[in-house]
Amino acid sequence: MVTYAFLVAAAMAIVFAIIAIAHRSPVINVLSLVLVFFALAAIFALLGMDFLAAIQLIVYSGAIMVLFLFVVMLLNIGNVERLGSGRPMQAGLGAITAIAIGAVVVWAASRLAPALGSVVPGSEAGTAFPLGRALLGSHLFAFEFVSLILVAAIVGAVFLARRESR
Amino acid sequence: MWVELATIGIKLAIVIVILLTTVPIMVWVERRGSALIQDRLGPNRVGPFGLLQPVVDAVKLITKENLVPAGVNPFLYVLAPVIALTVALTTFIVIPVGYDPGLTLFGYPIDGFLVAPNLNIGVLYIFAVASLSVYSIVLAGWASNNKYSLFGGIRASAQMISYELAMTVSVVGVLMATGSLRLDDVVLYQSAPLISLPVIHYLPRWNVIPQFLGAITFIVAAFAETNRLPFDLPEADSELVAGYHTEYSSMKFAAFFMSEYINMVTSAALITLLFFGGWTLPGFATPHGWLGAIFSIAVFSVKVAFFLWFFVWVRWTLPRFRFDQLMGLGWKVMVPLSVLNFLWVGVAMALGWI
Repeated sequence: MVTYAFLVAAAMAIVFAIIAIAHRSPVINVLSLVLVFFALAAIFALLGMDFLAAIQLIVYSGAIMVLFLFVVMLLNIGNVERLGSGRPMQAGLGAITAIAIGAVVVWAASRLAPALGSVVPGSEAGTAFPLGRALLGSHLFAFEFVSLILVAAIVGAVFLARRESR
Repeated sequence: MWVELATIGIKLAIVIVILLTTVPIMVWVERRGSALIQDRLGPNRVGPFGLLQPVVDAVKLITKENLVPAGVNPFLYVLAPVIALTVALTTFIVIPVGYDPGLTLFGYPIDGFLVAPNLNIGVLYIFAVASLSVYSIVLAGWASNNKYSLFGGIRASAQMISYELAMTVSVVGVLMATGSLRLDDVVLYQSAPLISLPVIHYLPRWNVIPQFLGAITFIVAAFAETNRLPFDLPEADSELVAGYHTEYSSMKFAAFFMSEYINMVTSAALITLLFFGGWTLPGFATPHGWLGAIFSIAVFSVKVAFFLWFFVWVRWTLPRFRFDQLMGLGWKVMVPLSVLNFLWVGVAMALGWI
């Protein structure tokens, strides 16, 4: 049952990821990306990571993609160029970059991921408690450092958006 | 496994039927209530006290021509009301409606009157699903190919993101005090007395007392999230015709209409559960067994009904905000207040007061 659910979610993620880059209407692209995030949230939930699944939906689907849609609608972009209509050089560079990133992710995942079958769906590992303990315990420095970067980004945005004083 | 699936199916059916029946009742309350507030009579011709008016409205909406205007994006135009109704109906599955001390029905546990008893992220699930409702409004505005609709959609996206922040942060205090994300745990936490002294121990530990700021910000943000007056900028009739649903007719319009009222029910239930003690009554221990279950469901329904009336009451009392006032209130008042509440709960917990 879990396997079939995973296969459906994974297929959905791949299909909508392709639509997200290949379709010519920017609004459809954004909506496909939302569905990709949905499929990822489903995979998190299947792994027993309920908390991550909810956060994935709240942050990406609920906030960030709404901003994307907002910008697309506000700029009123018409249809974009067809996929692969650029120069062959661009396509080659893009493919090489994608394969390189994919290889790094697979390598890192194989190094870091727990052994197959050790993540038990429905276990306590994915609830808020162990996650919070890990973030504010063993990973406290990284956590605070990321928040520092975010504060810097906010200050930068306010600085760029402020009115010139006359 | 089949038994579990059947149980979930039956519970889902009950929840959906109850939610959908609340809509016509609320429409009647809204129309008669607005008439009461404005010193009019309101619809009183169909049935006793006009109670059958929603039925007539429904027949009218169903039999109207299902129009798709020229120049719209047909797929997204139809998708928008579908998203609105789906999201509205799916948020309710983690809301516990009554007290369950391990009751069983025909030998099967009823799992605390929850459709999804094993979902331990509780309130986060509601935020996750409810955050998708903005897509229905934004898409309706964009796909309609109408500048007023587009304005409505753009306003909705800005407004809902801004108030979602204040709403989420104001709930953090409640979750910190409870130590759990589950809504039934939140209610059980509030059932204890606030201060264990002889006379005043009747004062319940409802979160609205120690976390007054959180309750205020949550209720205000709930109004903004449901797009009700004084925050109904996305559909502001006097400025944008009817905002994002200008181009919608018949059942597609009815889907938006129903989702608004269902979202009101969910918000009223959340306000009750998070800040007003859920199904508990101060100074009164809920009895065990089925009597207690029925009693708790009745208490919860009365509280939810009060907040639903509160939504109607505010709508017909306050005028609409201007858009810059709305954004100013959201970012400069609501977000700081909710953060203040969260800091206060942290300090109070560290000192052992809460």
